[in-house]
Amino acid sequence: MGKTLFEKIWDKHVVKQIDGGPSVLYIDKHFIHEVTSPQAFQGLEKRGLKVFRPQQIVATADHNVPTLQQHLPIRDELGRLQVQQLIANCKKHDVELYGLGHPFQGIVHVIGPELGITQPGMTIVCGDSHTSTHGAFGAIAFGIGTSEVEMVMATQCMLQSKPKLMRINIEGELNKGVVSKDIILFIISKISASGATGYFVEYAGSAIRSLSMEARMTICNMSIEMGARGGMIAPDETTFDYMKGRLFAPGAAQWDRKLAAWKELYSDADAVFDKEIQIDAAAIEPMITYGTNPGMGMGVTGHIPAESEIDEKEKPSFLKSLNYMGLKPGAEIKGKKVDYVFIGSCTNSRIEDLRMVASFVKGKKKADDVEVWVVPGSKQVEKQAIAEGIDKIFEEAGFQLRQPGCSACLGMNEDKIPAGKYCISTSNRNFEGRQGPNARTFLASPLTAAAAAITGEVADVREFL
Amino acid sequence: MSKSINIVTSTAVPLDIENVDTDQIIPARFLKATSREGFGKNLFRDWRYLNDDEQQPRREFVLNDPTYKGKILVAAKNFGCGSSREHAAWAIKDAGFDVVVSSFFADIFKNNALNNFLLPVQVSEDFLQKIFAAIEKDPAVELKVSIEDQTITISSTGEQSGFDINNYKKTCLLNGYDDIDYLLSIRNEIETFEATFTR
Repeated sequence: MGKTLFEKIWDKHVVKQIDGGPSVLYIDKHFIHEVTSPQAFQGLEKRGLKVFRPQQIVATADHNVPTLQQHLPIRDELGRLQVQQLIANCKKHDVELYGLGHPFQGIVHVIGPELGITQPGMTIVCGDSHTSTHGAFGAIAFGIGTSEVEMVMATQCMLQSKPKLMRINIEGELNKGVVSKDIILFIISKISASGATGYFVEYAGSAIRSLSMEARMTICNMSIEMGARGGMIAPDETTFDYMKGRLFAPGAAQWDRKLAAWKELYSDADAVFDKEIQIDAAAIEPMITYGTNPGMGMGVTGHIPAESEIDEKEKPSFLKSLNYMGLKPGAEIKGKKVDYVFIGSCTNSRIEDLRMVASFVKGKKKADDVEVWVVPGSKQVEKQAIAEGIDKIFEEAGFQLRQPGCSACLGMNEDKIPAGKYCISTSNRNFEGRQGPNARTFLASPLTAAAAAITGEVADVREFL
Repeated sequence: MSKSINIVTSTAVPLDIENVDTDQIIPARFLKATSREGFGKNLFRDWRYLNDDEQQPRREFVLNDPTYKGKILVAAKNFGCGSSREHAAWAIKDAGFDVVVSSFFADIFKNNALNNFLLPVQVSEDFLQKIFAAIEKDPAVELKVSIEDQTITISSTGEQSGFDINNYKKTCLLNGYDDIDYLLSIRNEIETFEATFTR
């Protein structure tokens, strides 16, 4: 029997199998940031240990950082202390830090790939659930808790039970106005926010093959939103082209050997998955969420389910969610007024996302009563956007181009959506209070968010293309 | 952190809400501490207080209801989904819970809980409903959870259910070992692995 892509990488990294227990899994790359690492460093020091393999760790400051005036000290005291702690910890333990002010600083899941640190065939972890993003390169990448961060710092290994494997095949051509964010929101709306819990997901099929690396990252990024431990896509020419010439990608001397190994990373024809799902790309519309988990999504022209369509057992949660959102069962969302537009986060803040938004808004102006924040994923994305004149397009449209960080995706810094306000967001979670206490989030693609910025309401982007 | 647990017998706090995500358990704005202690006071912060004001507790929320207390939190399915923040497990443990019961846990939360000697007990949807019903009938009803026997029992009715836990983790919980102790003990094997690993 053949092996799946996942198994090929997993098997190569198993140091040891514990009887009746998990595997000891070797980790190639460990990303850390200021929020989930301080207690791990503290734990390490309590045990009198140094970081075991500091050269396999890369750090950045992203969750907590301001997105305006980053050259000034962080105003929030606790946030500032956390960032200072990261600097001190990295210095003490010889860990490379791309902190504030560094030309490589940015959201951890944006910088890893763009610097070529993320590579096919690797095992990658980070104390952040969206680590699944890196799976777009054909890597096993998943989020871990702080105790596990400490484990990896101490031993470069962690204990993991092998997950079940699911393959989602998306075949066919995407409709006009439909982008990768719509694919993943569609999948989650079909299988629910817990539909892939216990599984690691491989995305396959012609629709996936046709996507750029940035678009693939958006899909793998949101794997966790259906409960999956991670998501992955077999590397192909698109992947190899993206890798070539990146700063930390294999150089000329290593390239041929690496490439040959990467070309073996695919699921064999006779490999067996615990579950397979087929999706017709043509059935996917521009998507929007209406509730408080990412599974509560629908086509932008659709209706919220009526109460009668909801299972009796799920009704209380459904109604609680709609009550929070200030929406009614059975209602349409198209035409709903929005107050804020947030374009950013590890899901959609890469240069391609910014280009997509810029090409749509070029020559247009935002609606008067909407505030629009564009937060690039990294300093490199910001620099590239400026080099391409995207900053000018945004300025003319009345959009604010801010500085890199996680920003309003989770509102840890000052970028919070006020209570009761509606924000259409390219981020990954519409949980209660995620973007600020009592903030209301509609998740959507960068294109759909751009259309809302121009019209001031939830709009069907297809009407403008 | 109190280590090693085996039998927990306690009244329980019922939280009959599905898909409780870690942003509800501990909102991101409370993740700025650099130590593991003290997160309990912000557990379910936005469900506990109106407008983030401790002077305005939401009376209807179960953690504000003196009728319900205990070391066991009972929640509806898909508990702990979302962010990987271990602060969620720290907050629950810090608030005095040793066990969380649900019909379904998110993977990362489950690992985080176990790494903090907070036991996630996964039972069938049917059994979960029996627990909710028993607590509704009598908030003073006790649940008994035994790691050794891998059982959970409703004292008032005697109804019992088993739960899964792998042998390795069971040994850790019963003896107070953690994964880092184990991994450190095999560091020479890890170094041998590294020496033969082709990157």
